[in-house]
Amino acid sequence: MVGLVVVSHSERAAEGIVEVAAEMAGDTRLEPVGGDGQGGIGTVPDAIGDAIDAADDGDGVVVLVDLGSAVMNADVAVELSDAEAVIADAPVLEGAVNAAVAATDPSATLDSVREQAEAARGMEKL
Amino acid sequence: MTDDGAAVVAAVEAVAERIEDERSYLTELDSAIGDADHGGNMARGWAAAADAARDLDEPDAQTVCKTVGKTLMAEVGGASGPLFGGSLVFASAELDGGVTPESAVAFAETYLEKVEDRGDARVGDQTVVDALTPAVHTFKKSIETDDRPPLEALAKAVDAAERGVAFTVPIRAKKGRASYLGWRSVGHQDPGATSVLYILEELLAVAADRLDAEIPDVDATSPTIPDEGEEAADATAPDPEDD
Repeated sequence: MVGLVVVSHSERAAEGIVEVAAEMAGDTRLEPVGGDGQGGIGTVPDAIGDAIDAADDGDGVVVLVDLGSAVMNADVAVELSDAEAVIADAPVLEGAVNAAVAATDPSATLDSVREQAEAARGMEKL
Repeated sequence: MTDDGAAVVAAVEAVAERIEDERSYLTELDSAIGDADHGGNMARGWAAAADAARDLDEPDAQTVCKTVGKTLMAEVGGASGPLFGGSLVFASAELDGGVTPESAVAFAETYLEKVEDRGDARVGDQTVVDALTPAVHTFKKSIETDDRPPLEALAKAVDAAERGVAFTVPIRAKKGRASYLGWRSVGHQDPGATSVLYILEELLAVAADRLDAEIPDVDATSPTIPDEGEEAADATAPDPEDD
């Protein structure tokens, strides 16, 4: 089944988002990754690559990202990864929840999960 | 070690030293428009990259570039890691057969494309692209169209990058953290573009040193008409004005 990676500048934010999305995720693999590797704010491509590998069971991985350099570092990790991985152009928390739900669909594909994540862009709250 | 490999290691060491020397200035530039970490991040990353390059056993140019890129990606942090490092890993494939004028042009073009793509930035956005684009275009034209020696082409590219850095001052940032400042980014020199210039200056210095040649006194706009002596020997070369 399609796996998910949540990338944030903050490791704790990534973990928190995964905690929220996991409620809806069934047995989907959800991997949080974030931080500069030295306890600070940032992202590291190698760590994102490891998370992609951990989330992949052969059906591919949708990557949710927060801002700026997290997007670029995720892009590098996707480029270097052997797994089939794509970045969803979506708000990170709402996209992760949508993707988690979509991934539990037995007919889910990498594209369908990404599409559902990106559908979160139009989500209205009020 | 191949000659090319040794030359690239020497270049990386020179860049690491230069960035360390300019660390506070780069940070000063970044503190005006960003988060004041560019100098420190780049100095740490390039120092680690120089260490990694020195540790390689008999590497070729491609291997050195790839290793340096990966180290920068891991150590620099922020957007500079994927931009400077990730692009280097990607473009290193062009040096598969060693460093020649042709492969250097292909490398430079691929690097620029990757930076533009990854950063979604174009000339005029007050980013590294403002220094890289004129440098790469000038290098390519000098080699491919004007048939100039590589060292002269590189010297012209450095001058073009210098003009590009100056160009970042009066414009408004459209990408990166500085873009959050809106019009307040006007009047500030882009730190990333400045780093590009330092890197290119060191590549030129190391290239001249290894060729045991003087750095040619040229600028990006200097005429490219061959010397008279060369003209006769080069009579079969196509003259662009004949077309």
